[in-house]
Amino acid sequence: MKTSYREALRAALREALQDDPRVFLMGEDVGRYGGSYAVSKGFLEEFGPERIRDAPLSELGFVGAGIGAALGGMRPIVEVMTVNFSLLALDQIVNTASALRHMSGGQFSVPLVIRMASGAGRQLAAQHSHSLECWYAHIPGIKVLAPATVEDARGMLAPALADPDPVIIFEHAQLYNLEGESNHVAPVDISAARVRRTGSDVSLITYGGSLPKALQAAELLAGMGIDAEVVDLRVLRPLDSQSIVASVRKTHRAVVVDEGWRSGSLAAEVMARIVEQAFFDLDAPPARVCSEEVPMPYARHLEEAALPQAAKIVAAARAVMGK
Amino acid sequence: MNASAVPYDKPFALRLLKDMLRIRRMEEEAAELYGAGKIRGFLHLYIGEEAVAVGALHALQPDDAIVATYREHGHALVRGVSMNAIMAEMFGKQEGCSRGRGGSMHLFDAATRFYGGNAIVGGGLPLAVGLALADQLSPEGISYGAQHRRRVTACFFGDGAVAEGAFHESMNLAALWRLPVLFCCENNLYAMGTSLARSESQTDLCAKAAAYKVETLKVDGMDVVAVHDATRIGIAHVRDKGGPFFIEFQTFRFRAHSMYDPELYRDKAEVEAWKQRGPLHSYSARLKAQGMLTEDEFLACDAEAQAEVDASIAYAEAGAWEPVEDLMRDVLTPVGGTTS
Ligand SMILES: Cc1ncc(C[n+]2csc(CCOP(=O)(O)OP(=O)(O)O)c2C)c(N)n1
Repeated sequence: MKTSYREALRAALREALQDDPRVFLMGEDVGRYGGSYAVSKGFLEEFGPERIRDAPLSELGFVGAGIGAALGGMRPIVEVMTVNFSLLALDQIVNTASALRHMSGGQFSVPLVIRMASGAGRQLAAQHSHSLECWYAHIPGIKVLAPATVEDARGMLAPALADPDPVIIFEHAQLYNLEGESNHVAPVDISAARVRRTGSDVSLITYGGSLPKALQAAELLAGMGIDAEVVDLRVLRPLDSQSIVASVRKTHRAVVVDEGWRSGSLAAEVMARIVEQAFFDLDAPPARVCSEEVPMPYARHLEEAALPQAAKIVAAARAVMGK
Repeated sequence: MNASAVPYDKPFALRLLKDMLRIRRMEEEAAELYGAGKIRGFLHLYIGEEAVAVGALHALQPDDAIVATYREHGHALVRGVSMNAIMAEMFGKQEGCSRGRGGSMHLFDAATRFYGGNAIVGGGLPLAVGLALADQLSPEGISYGAQHRRRVTACFFGDGAVAEGAFHESMNLAALWRLPVLFCCENNLYAMGTSLARSESQTDLCAKAAAYKVETLKVDGMDVVAVHDATRIGIAHVRDKGGPFFIEFQTFRFRAHSMYDPELYRDKAEVEAWKQRGPLHSYSARLKAQGMLTEDEFLACDAEAQAEVDASIAYAEAGAWEPVEDLMRDVLTPVGGTTS
């Protein structure tokens, strides 16, 4: 069945709300407004204000309340409008949600799901455009997912809710209108990366909003006689090293594509693992395509220049191929 | 309608009218330009709320500082940032007041001490507290001119921001340290789709400031005279006593929150009722009733505003795209550069 990423998220949320009375959705403008990306449009009428809970502009408060409600037996889904605003709640996520299980000696788990949009591409400038998945992927005690396909948008929520620990789901803002196939409603495996295109010459390893760009680059490379494999990380913490290494062992070359800033990026971590675990399989040093290290500029041509693009991925892949 | 006389001389009375018209016409065109793809990103219009920026900013001195939100085109304009520089910024051209790096939400201008253009809700409040702290600690904070007085930092923010921790922490700091901040809360009753009544247990916003022992005033934000007079009272308090002051301007945005907003959360009747109290026509009607304004004069002011807007669009169109090679500039201050 053909559907959109937004519709797939909606279907998954609706199913979760229907199936489990402990599930509720909480966040800014999720109800009356219909969700800032229209994901929960109509839900207020369907499920009522108790379960589709509009929160004031109090990110620290309502994310923290989500943690408490999870601790108290509910299964909250907390929506934060964008990753930039989630920084106001970072304390609760890092110092409470991720640490509770460990610092209570294993007595308390926090079965909380936090959804948020991330990423650039709409000229929203330096306070609404960043890709900070890497910061969250740094933290032990939480899991981090980045659905990049319609199928993952549909299938990742149920296992995230079933998980006894906090799960953060990043929805790249450029993906909401993505169209694709969503055939089954079975939960997807949230522990493994996925090969989205098989190839033999070079592995393009990426996640989230960069997946469509990597796939586009792979098509362009095919026209140049380079057969690229595209690996979608999907799970940013814990990283599926096995799948990454398996692909690199096959192609012997890697280009990591990451919308985060280069220094200290997730790309850096992926490269480190390749070097640690597949060094002698490499035919060339691994390369990466990241965002330029500048707060996101507003002007369209500068924003485009700051972000990974298919052309940059093609150039990086050709360079590691020595072509 | 408030029928009381406008207590200003004619040039000043018309200045207020002209500035409201300049904002209105500039933003009406901005909405069109958004539709045409010339302006992108988020565009938050101030239409309906013009009396607040105009009345309040005309009570400030040139060396005072301003901190505003992403709904700040009007504040920048009245503060003295040229319409050309604002329009060019919204186009993303390098002639813009932030070199095209900020866009509509991030207008900045050092020359007029206009400190943005802040798009994290509540994010401007601590900044304003700090600017005022610097004024309290440094000699520049006091002008020893003809009238010996303290500089003030005016901080604009919406009703939505009062739910953020940053608001409460800033109120307390400003009051505790007796800092010269004028807190200007633009209560337009909605934070995106969330009405004040559905986001605050205490909807009397002055009571919140008062809880921190900050002096307050509540004023009709659709009435430019009331806004101006209240702001003068607030400013006098800050300059004389040194501590903060909080004003709640009761206003309303006539347009959607941003260009993405389908406005499902409020009904047309409510918007229409507020439009009846629109700041432009109520003020011009008052001036006319008082014999301070003729219809011809009104039309002349309006034509002047429209001409300025047309010229600013031509300026923005003719502006240059910053070279892509300059992408990495202004991330850090160059060695030997200045910070202001
Ligand atoms: C910390 C943070 N959370 C959420 C947002 C998204 N957002 C932008 S404006 C806005 C509403 C703010 O309302 P208010 O403060 O009343 O100002 P108004 O827009 O009405 O002028 C929201 C939710 C944001 N920019 N920053």
